[in-house]
Parts: sequence; structure tokens; C-alpha cells
Amino acid sequence: MSDITKQSLSDLVENIKSKKLSSSEVTKAFVERSEKSKELNTYITEDYENALVKAKKFDEKPNYHQKLPGIPIAVKDLFCTKDLRTTAGSKILNNFVPTYESTVTQNIWNEGAILMGKLNCDEFAMGSSNETSFFGNVQNPIDKNLVPGGSSGGSSSAVSAQLTPITIGTDTGGSIRQPASFTGTVGLKPTYGSCSRYGIVAFASSLDQAGPMAQNVKDCALLQEVISTYDEKDSTSIDFKRNEYSKELTKNIKGKKIGIPKEYRIDNMPKEIEDLWKKGVEYAKDCGAEIIDISLPHTNYALPTYYIVAPAEASSNLARYDGVKYGFRAEGENLIDMYEKTRSEGFGAEVQRRIMIGTYVLSSGYYDAYYLKAQKVRKLIKNDFDEAYKKVDAILTPSTPSSAFKIGEKTNDPVSMYLNDIFTVPVNLAGLPGISIPAGHDSKGYPLGLQIIGKAFDEQNILNIAYAMEEKINFKNNITDWWLK
Amino acid sequence: MSENNNEYLINRHDNQYEVIIGLEVHAQVTSQSKLFSTSSTKFGGEPNTQVSLVDAAFPGMLPVINEYCVKQAIKTGIGLKAKINKRSVFDRKNYFYADLPQGYQISQFKDPIVGEGKVILDMPNGQKEVGIERLHLEQDAGKSIHDLDPKNTFVDLNRSGVALMEIVSKPDLRSPDEVNAYIKKLRSIMRYLGTCDGNMQEGSLRADVNVSVRKKGSKEFGTRCEIKNVNSIKFMQMAIEYEANRQVDLIEDGQTIDQETRLFDTKKNETRSMRSKEDAHDYRYFPDPDLLPLEVSDDFIETLKSEIPELPDEKKKRFIEKFKLSPYEANILVSDIETSNYFENVIKKSDVKLATNWIIGELFAALNEKNLEISESPISAGNLSKLINLIKDGTISGKIAKTVFEQMMKGDKDPKKIVEEKGLKQESDPKALKALIDKVIDDNREKAVEYKSGKVKLFGFFVGQVMKVSGGKANPQLVNEILKKKL
Repeated sequence: MSDITKQSLSDLVENIKSKKLSSSEVTKAFVERSEKSKELNTYITEDYENALVKAKKFDEKPNYHQKLPGIPIAVKDLFCTKDLRTTAGSKILNNFVPTYESTVTQNIWNEGAILMGKLNCDEFAMGSSNETSFFGNVQNPIDKNLVPGGSSGGSSSAVSAQLTPITIGTDTGGSIRQPASFTGTVGLKPTYGSCSRYGIVAFASSLDQAGPMAQNVKDCALLQEVISTYDEKDSTSIDFKRNEYSKELTKNIKGKKIGIPKEYRIDNMPKEIEDLWKKGVEYAKDCGAEIIDISLPHTNYALPTYYIVAPAEASSNLARYDGVKYGFRAEGENLIDMYEKTRSEGFGAEVQRRIMIGTYVLSSGYYDAYYLKAQKVRKLIKNDFDEAYKKVDAILTPSTPSSAFKIGEKTNDPVSMYLNDIFTVPVNLAGLPGISIPAGHDSKGYPLGLQIIGKAFDEQNILNIAYAMEEKINFKNNITDWWLK
Repeated sequence: MSENNNEYLINRHDNQYEVIIGLEVHAQVTSQSKLFSTSSTKFGGEPNTQVSLVDAAFPGMLPVINEYCVKQAIKTGIGLKAKINKRSVFDRKNYFYADLPQGYQISQFKDPIVGEGKVILDMPNGQKEVGIERLHLEQDAGKSIHDLDPKNTFVDLNRSGVALMEIVSKPDLRSPDEVNAYIKKLRSIMRYLGTCDGNMQEGSLRADVNVSVRKKGSKEFGTRCEIKNVNSIKFMQMAIEYEANRQVDLIEDGQTIDQETRLFDTKKNETRSMRSKEDAHDYRYFPDPDLLPLEVSDDFIETLKSEIPELPDEKKKRFIEKFKLSPYEANILVSDIETSNYFENVIKKSDVKLATNWIIGELFAALNEKNLEISESPISAGNLSKLINLIKDGTISGKIAKTVFEQMMKGDKDPKKIVEEKGLKQESDPKALKALIDKVIDDNREKAVEYKSGKVKLFGFFVGQVMKVSGGKANPQLVNEILKKKL
């Protein structure tokens, strides 16, 4: 089958289970396509040979009861993988090989999947375009020199370019949903506490959440079902009743109340985005949902709040990269000198910027004005959602204020880069689940996404709404394979 | 310096200065595993053999609270008669050091697990109450070893992440003696509770000492200096004495005290500046986002309360009331849990008065001489009890008992066996004693006559002779009675 890589995850699973395809055939197909796609720069570390060996082993002793039987998967390089280099897109972890496995990836391997390699991302997940990676830009398969979004840019690009049937990313302020939107793919940021953070290189601990990235909603639901488990090793993991999301998936959303928050009509929003949103409302109505206008009054404060809370936590989380124990070390004349050189050479500009912002907002004399105030506003933002959810079951917004931009277009303007996350950040601050689904194209033919935000632990509901709307939208990605060699 | 009404004051010219001391005691929690990881806390392991990925702060590793350590902290709080906070928060204290792998210490800043409490000290001139400000849980750092290599510093992370309780006193202490009593009392309470072994040699108990001085009668506190990480009571006392005098000298010289952190040099017996207030670290405390606020229920606290053993203050009260011990005796016997356990084991089957005297007297002296703790005593409580019963029932005299005791100190032997083997049994048979006394009187006819003619002082001579002839074994009471009749 020459079109193996074009198949959805669900089809591949079905074909392997019915023995129409072997794991080796599938793995080989994705490895070959990945090898021909080096120009996209999606991989930081390839593990193709091991993947093929594992696929062969699977075929020798297949277990068809598993949810991901013999499925090859490449993952974001923020997940620690045992015996395979994990860099977080940073020079400072350039040589770091974990002796342990993250819970989320372990869950995936436990269901029979096979690791193909580690995907590029913004350094320590800090970025919206994958341009802060020490390992270089990632190309968006949609068009040459277009960013794939970030920070899970390698993941979005790899799924969109069909180098992996599905993948996982992490989302701290939009790092799954924004790149999904930029590449015409589906990305789910689960409720905070749904997926274990154990073994994921931390960016901002109170916001970080792993989630699935896929070509369609059904695949996304299946992977969410696999990765979401209660984990005692993560004190913020929550023990709630998890659905079998893919099995319980339904397009019947008749009577669901979907809120449209007026505060998301931001100044200077491109007409294309406005139109997309209106279309989204129509799709939702077509599916039988009821549309209700709602207010999330503190939305305007979400971005500044995020850019205090996230850097504050990051400044502390990244203190461990000091050259003493593992990773990159620059020689110094003494301990302090070694620290300074290691961290100056080991961290890129954006990471350093955020460490400085974070250090500043936690400093004595500024703590109350910044960090503490931000925490209070965060609570207000969460309260906004709690109020809204008294009236509605879910909220529909655009995923991003624009389509993908050109590589280099925003690198010198951090604030305009930060604005990319304006619709996604409030969801992280409130700890809620949000999914981005492709919903249309702009005038340049670039994909645009819509975001559905749910109540805490109500992933099933937003997956259902996304599933129903997906059918109405009937989105087709324009992938020309321009990069293939 | 002069002692006036037991007050510790520093005299300079015509001025008298009072010394104000507050302690931040770091007590290592007795637990199998660390505060946020499962690695062992055992002391003295090969370097870096008790280090988990969490302790070494590997990427993506997360802390998980050790419930046992939480229980230990709450128990200690109960022992300090303190308020237990049902909600407390772990914060990150951020600073860079090679033996601090995370780049921050997980501690409790604004919301500690234990609030205000108190400790009662027994001082020579009465009791003194010292206020406890708070107790919080925190991680210990690793150890930097600077003297193994001329160029490099080695780091041992075995201690990294071990649970500490920081117990902060109010500035209620006024002298090195009170500091001594305070540390000993704190240590005693924690050892009763089993929450900290109090082993200062192994660093299980160490303190930062805050010292300031003020003119006697003044109500305002002077500027304080903090002496970091002092690890013995003796050094604390020396450091306070030096530091208080240094501060008085500065004031007398018209200078001001700089608020600063100082180190105590044990070799030179002086404190010296480590860093000034301006150079103080900005620790950028903020709630650790990897950990949820720690919430404990009333039931949880009540269950722990029911597990609290009788503590020294209560035990002392009971000893005085029930056993009619003097406060002095009771204090000594309750000062350490091992001692009080020993005492209570001895008196299970023996006379309290004799037991008290033998433990405080002979046993302590003998242990002191051999530099042994009571837990290492060669004489078990059971055997001391047997010895006391031999005295009580007249089998041996008190004097013989001392000989037996010495034998027992050489190895834990049953005193009955020693008495039998060495034939030390007291002679209490009136017939045998009469014969013995007849012989002594016979041998000392002249003195007997003198006695009878009124020289009653000679009675002692006859007792001595009888005892000598009997090899010390004659029952002194019977000897007295019979001698009186015979003479």
C-alpha cells in the first residue's frame, strides 16, 4: 500500500488488527516518508532503526488487544524518553539522555505504539513559531518558509505532513492548539490534571499539560484515552472518572448550549477570522447546538497575567540547568563563572528573556505588584468561566488571531509574537480543556482553526462537539508535498 | 560580666546590657525516606548512593509529599503545644548552589504547618516559658566537600531532600544557659515523640542563632545579627557570649550594629561577617506549583494526638505526685526518654526511693565514667531492679550492693548469681550472728568492760568488728540489736 501514510490513525489500527497491514509495513512507510522530509526539520532525534526493530518484534508477537498496536509515533522532544536523547529544543540539554520515561509516553508504549523519534519544538516550549529551537526552524508543510506554530511546531508539522500518524505535544499557553490551527490539524489541550506531567521537561508547572495532536477528532479522542491516566508521581494529577473518549464519541450534540464570548472580538481582528468564527457559529447551529452570547469580562487581562505567571514559574523551573549535574557545561574559573557561562551559552535569547522577566516579577518589592496581582487576576479569569458555564456547555472561539506567518516575520517583535496566544492563554490560566479543529482557509489558502473550550474534565463534550462540527466543516488540507526529495 | 539574681547581664562602665536571643532550630525528621522522594535518609552512606532522580533534580521529575514526615511535623507541633494549621503551603526558596540541585529549596514561607506554641524550661530559679513562633517543613540541601581536592569541590547529595523541621522561637531567651536548657528541652520533647533523634554529631539538630543586646530596662530590641548553622550547644553558648560582647563593645564605642549574617569560627572562638543585609539573598519565594496546598483534617490531627506519648512535663508532674520525688529528681529522670523508660522499668517491681537513688547516684556516675548513654548501660533495668530488691529484702546490705553493682557494670550479670557465686549473701541468722558477736566480745574483753562502765562510744567499734569478722556480710540492723542486748 503506497498510501499508508495518508491513512488516519483509526484506519491504521483497523488495518493492523485485521492483518491487512503489518506494523513493519506501517513503520517503514512513515520512516521512509520522514527520511524524505528532512527539509521540514521536524525531527531533533531520529530513532528509525530501533522503531523498525520494534515493529518487527510486534509482528512476531502481535497483541491486537492494544489500542495502538504496532503504531509508529514520533513525540515532542519535551517528553523524557528512556535511553533516547531528550533536549527540550535546547543546547543546554543537547547531550541529555534520560534513564526514565515520562508517564504519558509510557502510556502510549503500553498500548503497543512504537517510538520513531523526537520532534522539534521551541526551546523549553517557549515560543509560538518553533523559531526559538536550538535545532533550527521547522517548516510548515502548508507552504515554504511558513512557521508551523509553536511550541509544538515539530509535532504539528509532522502530523500535517504525515510523518507520524499522530503525536503528542504540550500546551502551556496554546502550544498544542495554535500549531494545530496553523497546520490544519486537530489539537487537544486537556484539563489541567488530566495527563501526568511526570517526565515532561517543565516550563510553567501550573499551566503545562500534555495532549494529543491528530489529523482528525476521532484519532485525537483515541490518543487522549490512552495518555490520560491518574498518576501518583504527579501531585497535581487528578483522580477523576476518565471516559473511553473514542468509544463514547458521538456527533449528536443536539441541544448543547455553546457560548460566544463577546470579549474575544478583539481590536483589529482580521475579517477572515471574524468570518471564520461566524461560520463556526453556523456549523454549530447546523449540528443542533444552541448559540448563546456570553461574557468573559477579564479576557483582556489574560495575556499579561500569563506573561507574569509563566515566566515566574519558568525562572525557577529552569534553575536546575546549571551545568553541575547533567547537560551542557561551559568551563568557568569558579562556580559562579561556570554558572554564568553555562546558562549564557546554553539558553537561547527567548528563554533568557523569560527567565529575566520571571526573576523580576518574583523579586522582593515587585512580588506583590506582579506575581501576586497576577494570581488574583488568574482567579478572576477562572471565575469568569465558572459563571459562563452556568449558562453554557462549551465555548466557541477562533484558535488564533491570524493564520500562520512567515519564518522571521515576528522574531524581532516578541509582543506581537505573544499576541498569537490571546485566545488560547485564558484556557490554560483557568485549567480548562480546549480543542482546536481546522475550520477553513484564509485568502492565502492557509488553514484557520476554531477552538472549543469545555468545562473542567469535560473532554468528552468538546470532543463530541468537535466531531460533529468536523463533519459539517469537511475541511481538506492543501498539502502538496513540496518538500519531498 | 556579672550574675545578679541569676540574670545574665553584660556590664560595661556604668551600663548593664541584656542579651536577647532567638533560635531557628533545624531538626531532621526521623523518617525512612526523604520529604519528597523515596530515597533512604540513613546517615553515613557512601556518597551519592541515596539519591533519586527527584533529589538530583532531573528534568521532568516531580516532588511527592511523604505523608509520614507531615505526621512527624504535626506530632512535634502537638508536643510544642502549638497551633496545627490545617492548610499549609510549600514554597520555593530560590538560590543557586552546587549542592542544591533544583536551584531552589522546597520550604514553607507564608503558611507553615505549625503555628505558635511554647516550651517550658526548668531553670535553677524557677520555670521559664519560651514562645514558639512557628514550625515548618523543608528540604535539606546536599553537602559540598571542599577539602578532598585542591581544585575541585565534591558534592554528596545523600542529604539532599531529607526532611527538616525548622522550629523558630520567639526572642524570649536571655542567656547562654537558657539556650542550653531550651535546646535540651526541645531535643527531649522530640525524642519522646520519636520525631527527631536529636543527634547533634550527625547534624540532626543545628541552629541559626539570632543575637541582639539592649540596655537593661529598655523595651525596644536592638539590631540583631544571625549566626548561621551552629551545631553544638557549647558552640551556641560560646558564639552568643562572643557576639553579645562584640555588640556591647560597638555600642559603648558609639557605633551602630549592622544587621548581618555571621559565622562562628569554632577555632578562633569568634563570629565574623558572612554577608550584610544589602547582600542578603532575594529568595524569590513563591508557592511551589508542583505541589498542591497541604490540607489535613481534624480527624487526621486527632488521630495523631491520640498517638502522642506522655511528654516530659506531664511525666515530671506524675513522678512528683505519684512517687513523691523531688522536682530535682523528677527533672533528671524525665530529661531523656531513655532515662525515664529505664526508671519506669526498674520501678515496675522495685522500691521507688531506692531506684531513684541508685539511678541518679551510682548508675549515672558509672555511666559518666565510661562515657556511656543510658541506652548503652551494661546493667539492664531488670537487673538493677533485682539488685534493689536484694537490698530491700535484706539479702545484701547497701555496702555489699555496691560491690555487686561494680561487678554488674563489667557485664550484665544477674545480681543474684553474683551474690551466690561470691558468697555475698547477708548473714541474718540470729544464731550465727550471736555466735559471731560472742566471739568478738570475747576477743575484746577489756573494751567490753569499758563500754559497760559508760564508754558508749565504743558501740561503733564493736559493730565495726562484727562487720569485719563477717566479711561485711552481717546484717547491720540485727548486729545492732543483738550487740545491744549482749553488751
